Amino acid sequence: MKQRPAADLSELPTFGLGPRSPTWWGTLAFMALEGTGFALAAGAYLYLAYLSPEWPLGVPPPNHWPGTIVMLLLLASVVPNHILNRYAEACAMVPVRIGLLVMALLGIAPLVVRWFEFPALNIYWDTNAYGSMLWVLLGLHTTHLITDVGDTLVLTVLMFTRHGYSGRRFGDVGDNVFYWDFVVATWIPIYLFIYWTPRLG
Amino acid sequence: MSSADLAHERDLAQQRAAAQKGDLAPEHDGPRDTGLDDASLDRWLARTWQTAPGIIGALSSVDHKIVARRYLITAFFFLCLGGLSAVAMRIQLSGPERGLIGPDRYNQLFTMHGVTMMFLFAVPIVQATGIYLVPLMVGTRNIAFPRLNAFSFWIYLSGGLFAWVSFALDMAPDVGWFSYVPLSGPEFGPGKRSDVWAQMITYTEVSSLAVAVATIVTVLKQRAPGMSLDKIPLYVWAMLVTSFVIVFAMPAVMITSTFLILDRLVGTHIFNPAEGGDVLLFQHLFWFFGHPEVYIIFLPATGMVSSVIAAFARRPVFGYLGMVLSLISVGFLSFGLWVHHMFATGLPKLGASFFTASSMLIAIPNGLQIFCWLATLWDGKPIVRTPLLFVFGFFFTFVAGGLTGVMLASVPLDLQVHDTYFVVAHFHYVLIGGSVFPLLGATYFWFPKITGRIMNERLGRWHFWLAFIGFNAAFFPMHIVGLWGMPRRVYTYPAELGWGNINLFITAGAVVLFLSFVLFTINLVHSALRGAPAGDNPWNAGTLEWATMSPPPNYNFAHIPVVTHAEPLWAERDTLPVATGLRVDVRELVISTVAEAHPDVREKSATPSIWPLFAALAVGATFLYSIFSPWAVVWGAGPIAITLIGWFWPKGDPEDEE
Ligand code: HEM
Ligand SMILES: [Cu+2]
Repeated sequence: MKQRPAADLSELPTFGLGPRSPTWWGTLAFMALEGTGFALAAGAYLYLAYLSPEWPLGVPPPNHWPGTIVMLLLLASVVPNHILNRYAEACAMVPVRIGLLVMALLGIAPLVVRWFEFPALNIYWDTNAYGSMLWVLLGLHTTHLITDVGDTLVLTVLMFTRHGYSGRRFGDVGDNVFYWDFVVATWIPIYLFIYWTPRLG
Repeated sequence: MSSADLAHERDLAQQRAAAQKGDLAPEHDGPRDTGLDDASLDRWLARTWQTAPGIIGALSSVDHKIVARRYLITAFFFLCLGGLSAVAMRIQLSGPERGLIGPDRYNQLFTMHGVTMMFLFAVPIVQATGIYLVPLMVGTRNIAFPRLNAFSFWIYLSGGLFAWVSFALDMAPDVGWFSYVPLSGPEFGPGKRSDVWAQMITYTEVSSLAVAVATIVTVLKQRAPGMSLDKIPLYVWAMLVTSFVIVFAMPAVMITSTFLILDRLVGTHIFNPAEGGDVLLFQHLFWFFGHPEVYIIFLPATGMVSSVIAAFARRPVFGYLGMVLSLISVGFLSFGLWVHHMFATGLPKLGASFFTASSMLIAIPNGLQIFCWLATLWDGKPIVRTPLLFVFGFFFTFVAGGLTGVMLASVPLDLQVHDTYFVVAHFHYVLIGGSVFPLLGATYFWFPKITGRIMNERLGRWHFWLAFIGFNAAFFPMHIVGLWGMPRRVYTYPAELGWGNINLFITAGAVVLFLSFVLFTINLVHSALRGAPAGDNPWNAGTLEWATMSPPPNYNFAHIPVVTHAEPLWAERDTLPVATGLRVDVRELVISTVAEAHPDVREKSATPSIWPLFAALAVGATFLYSIFSPWAVVWGAGPIAITLIGWFWPKGDPEDEE
């Protein structure tokens, strides 16, 4: 077919941040599907709790302190996370590097506390269905935590190389910020499920 | 239309100013397509977008057309395996008390048939068709996240091979395609067969989800300038809705199969009633995915039907808005129906009535679509070629299947025929009528685009009539024998029941259906080698995939089209308005805004890479090992991390750096 020029795109920028970039939408889609997984696992927990006359099956409720500390650490990390986002939008290299280092540490810290959360559940996965669901929920969230911390670490190293000086990389930082918010947000319901529903009665 | 309509000049200036503030390497520039003559434009683009020659090049390809072609061939191969297992079953059932296949092998056969058809054929083939067509139809140069797309293919291929190798080793799952507990649980499912099911499902659904994400982002962000939401082809709408259904449904089956393997492998009690678990939880989770699955298969087929009908009726499909709204409402409603697969489990009455009502409700948007198609054909001057014949076959078969579906939605009837051949008949009418016939029509329709050659029309007509007659001969009598009480999933039946003759007839029908596929294969091979040359647009259709060559060059379009109409090629009969200003020395494509498709960014598309293959191998090995030991997750994490870093770490291409 013959063609006739009708629009000139030569002046368009070569990268866009946030919702202007496809990666942001891809991240959002992955959040949607992982969030569905979380919701279904939580639904399974509720379903079993609803069916069982004496949930949590005669087991003492878990010690909530390690989980609460993780919650506090994660909530605190949201502030530097968004400061980092601001700098990533401005493509400012030095503050972005510092911010990534801070976020890497703020990712590792809850992971360390997480190690103590599993024994604090006071039950094993193979004791009964209640124990299984606690381990599944905690395991699911831990997988996401590990994944995002790994991603942050690699990105931090990357931003210290010459590859960092590109709009695309700053976009990656923004998407990492976005995903970390998701990891924090999903912990709130799971935390309540694990530590506070057994205390309801 | 001028560029000022499409891009807001003021925004652009601001963005440029913002970009210059930051710590960015100075922007490189390269040759643009503006003003290049056709021959040099083709030379530049073909070099930039090529898949390198040689075996490493082939394994690194990220071209959506190449990946889609591999997907299509692989899915066809699995269709053959699924079909052969069906033929084997039918030969065993052709008479009473035949000794060809024993009960254990039969169990593996119907399970592998169901698993293969649902997870390795029906879903992958509609997604593969989308991988090929969606980027062309929205007028872009590659799918979004091309490496993720390549990765998904390797996952799919290895997952399917894994299932069939375990069949060869007499280790295939034997508990039905939905693998209910407690039969598949640790107590009643010894050996590794159910573990094979669980891990194969989780694994292959990774690939399905990856394609769904890539498709969604391609449709939302990579549409050609001017293709606002109301100008998206119906097929692309269908793929978009399907991809959303996948995103929200597939996690359910992954959760189900993961729970199952946890129960079997590390001793959790999620489905174990003795320790506070529940077996029906499995069914709820599975069918929360399983019913939408039917629509994952069916919705793309409706998109294909819309494309074929518009092309042969020579007018746009009647009631565009109604079509789009019914696609979306079917997508939503499909999540409210799962319990109708569980009527026989003794659910509370009110709950069951709710699901009966919603099962009947979904007939409304589906019916609306059918009426819109009929109106289109009525108003147009349809030319009956093979693709349209298959669409007629679809109408007839799908409506029949829908009728028995409405029957099954009523609880008393369902209780009566539950687990009989009536149900087998019903879902084959829906699945083959609703998806295989449209797919066959689509093959005849788009084959010229993919190969540059038209399929043989005479063989096509023979194929259609053999398939249609064979199908009905094989599956219609199943309703009857089901009402007589013949249960599904039995490897034989005693002669005194008098089911012998009708089963022999059914088998004869199945053989005719099988022969029609042999004919189809002959037509495919013959036409690919000797078919009449197709030209760019053999059917004079209106959507963008027909604006480029057949087969399309590796860069799809020499210039990105500018869209002003839902059927762009009918609106602009002699010249196509296009956009200029893109670089030709790097893989550049246009990112546009979600609703209006204003061009917004000139984004780089990823270059070929071998790492997606390595990542798939690492993930695959981890899954394989996890059938035997939970430590697989720990040992596999390292290799997976390394391959992912290799995948994402910039290698210095301009595509990575700028
Ligand atoms: C080539 C033509 C086909 C024939 C002759 C055929 C035949 C059969 C038969 C005889 C059974 C019942 C086995 C039993 O219950 O003992 C069956 C089950 C099934 N078929 Fe097909 N089939 C065909 C194509 C398909 C297609 C295209 C699909 C899906 C897209 C499909 C999906 C299924 C499923 C899901 C089951 C249930 C398996 C189970 O019980 O776990 N079939 N098929
Ligand atoms: Cu259903």
